[in-house]
Amino acid sequence: MFECFPWGYGPTGEFSRVAEYETHSHDVLVVGAGGAGLRAAIEAANAGARVGLVCKSLLGKAHTVMAEGGVAAALANVDDRDNWRVHFADTMRGGQYLNNWRMAELHAKEAPDRVRELEAWGAVFDRTPDGRILQRNFGGHKYPRLAHVGDRTGLEMIRTLQDHAIHLGIDVHMECTVVTLLIDGDRIAGAFAYDRERGRFKVFDSRSVILATGGIGRAFSVTSNSWEYTGDGQSLAYRAGAALQDMEFVQFHPTGMVWPPSVKGILVTEGVRGEGGILVNREGRRFMFDDIPENYKSQTADDEEEGWRYVQGDKNARRPPELLTRDHVARAIVREVREGRGSPHGGVFLDISWIKSKMSNAPEHIRKKLPSMYHQFKQLADIDITAEPMEVGPTTHYVMGGVRVDGDTQMSTLQGLFAAGESAAGLHGANRLGGNSLSDLLVFGKRAGEHAAKYAAGAPATRVPDDQVETAARAALEPFERAANVKSAEGPYQVQHALQEMMQELVGIVRREEEMRRALDGIATLKERARRVSVVGNREYNPGWHTALDLENLLTVSEAITRAALERKESRGGHFRDDFPDKDSEFAGVNITVTRGADGGMIVSRIPVPPMRDDLKQIIEENK
Amino acid sequence: MSSSAGANVSRDIVASGQRAAERSNQSAGGESKSATFRVWRGDAAGGAFQDYATSVSEGMVVLDAIHQIQSESDNDLAVRWNCKAGKCGSCSAEVNGMPKLMCMTRLSDLDLDKPVTVEPIRAFPPVRDLVTDVSWNFAVKKRIKPFKPRAPDAPDGTWRMGQADVDRVQEFRKCIECFLCQDVCHVLRDHQKFDTFIGPRFLVHVAALEMHPLDVESRTDELREAHGIGYCNITKCCTKVCPESITITDNAIIPLKERVVDDHYDPLAALVRLFRRKK
Repeated sequence: MFECFPWGYGPTGEFSRVAEYETHSHDVLVVGAGGAGLRAAIEAANAGARVGLVCKSLLGKAHTVMAEGGVAAALANVDDRDNWRVHFADTMRGGQYLNNWRMAELHAKEAPDRVRELEAWGAVFDRTPDGRILQRNFGGHKYPRLAHVGDRTGLEMIRTLQDHAIHLGIDVHMECTVVTLLIDGDRIAGAFAYDRERGRFKVFDSRSVILATGGIGRAFSVTSNSWEYTGDGQSLAYRAGAALQDMEFVQFHPTGMVWPPSVKGILVTEGVRGEGGILVNREGRRFMFDDIPENYKSQTADDEEEGWRYVQGDKNARRPPELLTRDHVARAIVREVREGRGSPHGGVFLDISWIKSKMSNAPEHIRKKLPSMYHQFKQLADIDITAEPMEVGPTTHYVMGGVRVDGDTQMSTLQGLFAAGESAAGLHGANRLGGNSLSDLLVFGKRAGEHAAKYAAGAPATRVPDDQVETAARAALEPFERAANVKSAEGPYQVQHALQEMMQELVGIVRREEEMRRALDGIATLKERARRVSVVGNREYNPGWHTALDLENLLTVSEAITRAALERKESRGGHFRDDFPDKDSEFAGVNITVTRGADGGMIVSRIPVPPMRDDLKQIIEENK
Repeated sequence: MSSSAGANVSRDIVASGQRAAERSNQSAGGESKSATFRVWRGDAAGGAFQDYATSVSEGMVVLDAIHQIQSESDNDLAVRWNCKAGKCGSCSAEVNGMPKLMCMTRLSDLDLDKPVTVEPIRAFPPVRDLVTDVSWNFAVKKRIKPFKPRAPDAPDGTWRMGQADVDRVQEFRKCIECFLCQDVCHVLRDHQKFDTFIGPRFLVHVAALEMHPLDVESRTDELREAHGIGYCNITKCCTKVCPESITITDNAIIPLKERVVDDHYDPLAALVRLFRRKK
């Protein structure tokens, strides 16, 4: 199924006016093969759809493998007081009530079934003494709620989904990157992509497209995210005309490694604190006790002794302040460092070894409960976490915002375009609770797959527009052309690094108007530089070329984050403004959306959160 | 602090944290120096080693050096990687001839006075530079019979398993599919038995299924025939290179070999089969 097309490079590398592409037809095209993409593909295939699954890496390598702590679901295996209502209330409180409450409701109700389903597909979670799925404590969750496998829960999940999916007749396109979505009138018609290995173009003809591309972490210099996290889904959707929402809410995980420099940003699981790990400044003060937010006071331990009883499973104890929400813990760490009480390498101490004063087999217990943390510190930092504290500081981890979707179907504001997982907005509001992302992937991956298949079955036929394919092919090859034509062109990595440094510096954990204005100017300059970037070599597995093509996505999401953050003149959840340090009721009930204007500029709007159903309001009251 | 015992604990934490930081600074050895990396560059048609000098700083791993070279000198240097934390198994390569994850191989563990060689895993066909074609592995997995659970144990559709019962398969399920075990397996690397042997990675996969407390499928016929378990002569090279420290040979392959023997070479069972056939 090869077709000829004008403009492009021939096999000799010369500009030849002939570019070839393969066409693949699917009912449902899933972009991204992490937890959300795999779960969506499984559901769509089960519904009888012909499913294509595209991923930038090899199958099973997506960022889900990095998830450590666990998957949140009110199974009530460890504490029978837990149920979906409490999980719903916890999620809404954590998100500062900006969540799409319908998604929070569906998520809390359906997560237990999605976890049990994984067990039926072969997942092997850690067990309770009576043989059920074990659950652990995590920040912001009232009861032990995270089903887990040591500290490698994400690996268990992605492998289970992968091994299940490969027997369902799904057409998998590994190491393939989508560069633009194709539109027919007001509907999605497919996607245009290149295969990384050979650099050949692929056109996907598909009535439904599900974006499951993850987050935006690579827009910042200190991040726990891999190279894949370049905001592809958010940017593709935006450019296709769909709305983004809540982009100002970026989660900086409080505990990333800070030393040595080459590992800066790598995640240290919240599970360390769930197992009793404490945060200490250089004066030896357990500083998290110093500043407990009003809405969490009634749920937080009065002293260290009560905190320890909580992590040991005492149902009458309240959680230690280390297990407050991530936004709060991250800011507390920044405060300690800024005020000169940080650890030698600019973080604070996170210590789990102290539990040896409480239990005789502490080193063994730590290695069993946190095996990959033990190895990570031993191998990368020469630190034995059973004997010494870790040095940790905040790292860019997750974006709460993303593609604006319908809570039930996950369809975006563009017909036939769906989004699930981190690339979608709504469930987490202003701040995500740990463990809610893995359950998000399962619950909304399934829903997206189901509704995308249903939509594809009923939607009118679409036609892949030739002119869009032509434009995309030409744009994709431009960096090669410039290498030959532009004398002073720079490489893609310089532009990428400059953007990352700037976003970290100016739109990071603590934000202010003047700095963000500078960031917008900087983004405009970097867009110009990106347009002049050139690449060397040929189209076969060329990371320089791939990085050059990712720049547009990184720049788009960086601008969306900055513009949304400028609009929200208050501090809430993951968004903290030095110039507006308090919550403002004016913003309490609004989501900020970003859409593309007719002139190509970004339009920022405030959209009121729809009024919550009375029964859900009551659940929140009951769980105050 | 809220109690004096707590204050003592905290003082200990700070003291040992300061010591660790000092130790780490000392091992940094002051200012950064330069090292040479001898990187294989080429494709299916052939290639050669190329030397790159790049600066080396505290805590760097081989993957950092490769990225530095990619960013500073050759933008098109091809390498697979994802998590950079030893969890995804993408950046497998041969460093100074040893199969390693580049993200977990610290430069401080290598002799930087000599060039560090970095080449692709050699058991698989080269695509470009450090990237190899590992698609065979994904095709193999599809041929293995999937998980098939017994009927649920409880009326709510759930199962009961003790932690002791799942410890064994949890070891196998740690596998990050880096394929380093496949790379060093003589049956694959030297004898090229890709059509008749599935390799240690997938014997571990079969073991995880066969020893799963809930699984009721039998895979011993395939193990003996299509999966070629008999080819493994337990040299344990796979176990040695596993970055997840899975005891591949002892805990996975040997017990599977025993299962095959039990099912196919047990004289009593053979007699029963013979008897059945006569009827």
